[in-house]
Amino acid sequence: MYKVVIPGDFISEDVNRAGEGTYIEGGKVYAMRYGVVDDKEEIKVVPFVGKYQPARGDVVIGRITEISFPYWIVDIASPYEARLHMSEATPDGEKRIEFGSMHTYLDIDDLIVAKVTNVDPLMRIDLGLMEEFQLRGSSGRLITIPYTKVPRIIGRRGSMIKMLKEKCNCFIFVAKNGRIWISGKEDDMELASDVILMIANEAHTSGLTDRVASFLDSHRRIRMYNRKNKGLKR
Amino acid sequence: MKKEGIELIKDGKRLDGRDFDELRPIKIEVGVLKRADGSCYFELGDNKVIAAVYGPREMHPRHAQDAKMAVLKYRYNMAPFSVDERKRPGPDRRSVEISKVSREALEPVIIKEFYPKTEIDVYVEILQSDAGTRTAGINAASVALADAGIPMKDLVSSVAVGKIDGEVVLDLNAVEDNYGEADMPIAMVARRNTITALQMDGRMTKEEFDKGLKLAMNACRQIYELQRTALIERYSEM
Repeated sequence: MYKVVIPGDFISEDVNRAGEGTYIEGGKVYAMRYGVVDDKEEIKVVPFVGKYQPARGDVVIGRITEISFPYWIVDIASPYEARLHMSEATPDGEKRIEFGSMHTYLDIDDLIVAKVTNVDPLMRIDLGLMEEFQLRGSSGRLITIPYTKVPRIIGRRGSMIKMLKEKCNCFIFVAKNGRIWISGKEDDMELASDVILMIANEAHTSGLTDRVASFLDSHRRIRMYNRKNKGLKR
Repeated sequence: MKKEGIELIKDGKRLDGRDFDELRPIKIEVGVLKRADGSCYFELGDNKVIAAVYGPREMHPRHAQDAKMAVLKYRYNMAPFSVDERKRPGPDRRSVEISKVSREALEPVIIKEFYPKTEIDVYVEILQSDAGTRTAGINAASVALADAGIPMKDLVSSVAVGKIDGEVVLDLNAVEDNYGEADMPIAMVARRNTITALQMDGRMTKEEFDKGLKLAMNACRQIYELQRTALIERYSEM
């Protein structure tokens, strides 16, 4: 079981290992957020919820909210809006898009996978498009979980996400800002999003990977049974 | 303040049967609103208060942004049906003042530098009122802020003391407030013994003030434990 703390809770005297979600006062480490203690190399507090704070290098899923030449304004599920320069979306290296035709590349409400290339002190966020992931025009579903739970979805060295992909038979893309793109068959996506929400809800409990595995197995057995009996018996 | 003709203390007990240093029953529920980032329902006797926190989110109007830190906004609002005689809805002199005082009571514990240029909105709605709503509001808001994942140094707890029939008592109810001699709400960071808000209405001697402050500080520690338990239990049920 993880230890739940509230802001101001004393955690440790080991000031040198104080990490995210903690603060130091009078030579002691205290919790700064409501969450669980993660005591490995660093002592961190992983908050239950919170707003995503963009950092350079993060890969995020964004939604275009506005076109303001020469930028697309992108919502990245954060208190700050991000911008994507038009030169990012031109495939053949041409740097300019005619004024008024930006929407033919990316239109309002389109989803993009992007990397945060810069965060300046005024909290202006610059994005770079990651063209290997094209969400525009593809079908799937987007779900959102608190960004603090992303590491839990991925699991230790990717164990959880690997299992999800295999057992749900879906393409799953988890972005740093808590948005998750799932694509596959309709009932596979249904299962995947249910399981991901379950992980997010129980992220603070231990033995989660095993529980998810047995849940997925039992679910698969039920589906095989249903398929064999062709739905409801009369 | 004093109105004659009501006996507030009988046989060493108050009208509702409480001792001088006894709080009204408290009930705290965390995360009651699904669409808010953080929320808390708080009952103090017949006071029923709900607090909702939104943010940190993009600040509007933009010119009011602070380039170095988040801006805390606090709105204390009484429902028209919260008191005996219908309250005219909307902000008035009293609720604007309470909003300001409550905001300043919470500001010292919030680490605002983490989210520059944003705002954190706290909405406190008084659903039912029986004296001491500002303190109930601060208690609720403090828990709701923690629930929203806002970086904070500590929780704030709040309670009122007052003087009725010449005695210093804790946590006045509406009758005691109306017919008593003094009312003094305080807010403090219980674990640090730091007072973040203190108001007084009426008259008390220095000795009474000291005694009241001591009562209130002890009560804040009790309330802090309840706030803490409510938050911890929310994620321990599984």
